[in-house]
Amino acid sequence: MSKFLKGSAPTDSEVILGILNNSEIVLERLYVAYFPMVLQLIINNNGSADDAKDIYQEAIIVLYNKIKSGNFELSSKLKTFIYSVCRRLWLKRLNQMSRFDGDIRDFQDYLPVEDEVDKQTDRDLQFTKMEGALALLGEPCKTIIEDFYMHDKSMQEICERFGYTNADNAKTQKYKCLQRLKKLFFQHN
Amino acid sequence: MNDRQLHDEIERYLNGEMSRDERSAFDVLRKNDANVERQVSEQRQFVGLLKQYNERRELEQRLNAIHQEIDVHALKEELTIQPSWVVTLWRNHHSKISVAASIAIFAMLATLFFTGYFAGHDSNYTQLRMQLESYKRSNEKLSKSTDALIHDIKSGHKIIDPARFGGTGFAVSTNGYVVTNYHVVKDADSVYVQNAAGENYHARIIYSEPQYDVALLRIDDSTFKSLNPLPYAIERVGSDLGEDVYTLGYPRNNAVYDKGYLSSSTGYKDDSTSYQVSIPVNPGNSGGPLLDNKGNIIGIISGKDSHMDGSSFAVKSEYLVKAIKNMPVDSVNKKPTLNSKNTLASLSRKQQIKKLQNYVYQIKVYSH
Repeated sequence: MSKFLKGSAPTDSEVILGILNNSEIVLERLYVAYFPMVLQLIINNNGSADDAKDIYQEAIIVLYNKIKSGNFELSSKLKTFIYSVCRRLWLKRLNQMSRFDGDIRDFQDYLPVEDEVDKQTDRDLQFTKMEGALALLGEPCKTIIEDFYMHDKSMQEICERFGYTNADNAKTQKYKCLQRLKKLFFQHN
Repeated sequence: MNDRQLHDEIERYLNGEMSRDERSAFDVLRKNDANVERQVSEQRQFVGLLKQYNERRELEQRLNAIHQEIDVHALKEELTIQPSWVVTLWRNHHSKISVAASIAIFAMLATLFFTGYFAGHDSNYTQLRMQLESYKRSNEKLSKSTDALIHDIKSGHKIIDPARFGGTGFAVSTNGYVVTNYHVVKDADSVYVQNAAGENYHARIIYSEPQYDVALLRIDDSTFKSLNPLPYAIERVGSDLGEDVYTLGYPRNNAVYDKGYLSSSTGYKDDSTSYQVSIPVNPGNSGGPLLDNKGNIIGIISGKDSHMDGSSFAVKSEYLVKAIKNMPVDSVNKKPTLNSKNTLASLSRKQQIKKLQNYVYQIKVYSH
């Protein structure tokens, strides 16, 4: 643990600035700095290393989104925030698996972070649905949608890639695909 | 405007591809047509969700890439709360440990049982009966039974094997009554007494009072001749603390003299039937007489406290007198007449012992 913590843990303001500026290095340093803490929490509370990875990544995403959304106020140490989110997520997971024996062995102080976690859970649900809808969409629709809406490719590039004779044909195809995706997505509501 | 066209317009509007005029025209349309307004926000949300979904996927990929760099296994080893080695040992081997413990307990109980620990007497109280080595016994038996046998029979001597247990006893009357400790003779099949001259006589247990650890034997051997009058008297009342005392006994094959003083009027665990005596005694001394300075018998050596140095115990002579009184009388066994005349009083210790020697016996007990 010490070899990760020594000198390499970024300061909290470093992390916030780094994430706002999409710094890959800060994200990595953040990740490496606090993973041992969460691993310790999870494996000493009936979890595996893989559980720790899942939980920790979810917590990092919560933090990441919170910073990105711009309304992040540093009211506590990031370390405590991450720990609290992980603790909350793990409690939820334990309850789902009914492996929870009513007591969690803590290694840190923690904050009440139910709101953040629940928000995250709702968003995750949407993403899962989107993932399912995209999977059902089939080719070439999936790639067209991904290229245009997600990877910000131009219609021209899409035309060339799929060999459409003109952009209008491609647009029509894209329109049809989007309608189908919407249908698939809302169908599951 | 059909759906397709509206969709294209909405996309252009949202992507900021419209000219200023088109844009304001569309704003008006949005305001006036609720359906258009709904479709605009739906499109914006849905495309937003697609973008967020993409961002999430990319973030997850980045995190996974970072995660790959961490040696999770080593970290895990380091962070797991290791139970102490005792707990680990127990978890891994508890069945074996349980079996071993059961066997150990059983073995201990069995040992205690066979060594007579549960037979009832107190653990610290050592009865001074001598246990003679069985190998010696069987050895001598063997050599005797070969050539000496015939010779002995011819010459009329008795064949006496080494006894299994030994103790000391002393005469209480001229006609062959000998007193010793009950615990010396309790398991006896037969009892022999041997005097200072090395002559052996067969004896029978006439009467015993286990509660006081007193036993009365009578020599019933044809070769036994009546003794001279006893030189000592038996004290009928208690003696005082600090009294100089001595004893003569057979912790080995020859008589051994030891002296000490009366240190307490009660014995082991406040037993009022015995004295505590500060005198060095050993197994084999049991049943020996305890005499005061004047040569009066004041007790019978019976045991010692194995946890205290120089702390021995002797049954008070009152209980010996009582036992003799309680003895049932029949035609064969006349009550021993107790001697009350003490001829030792004026003699020096050396002379006292010389006289005394003839009346103190080694008790040999035979049993299976």
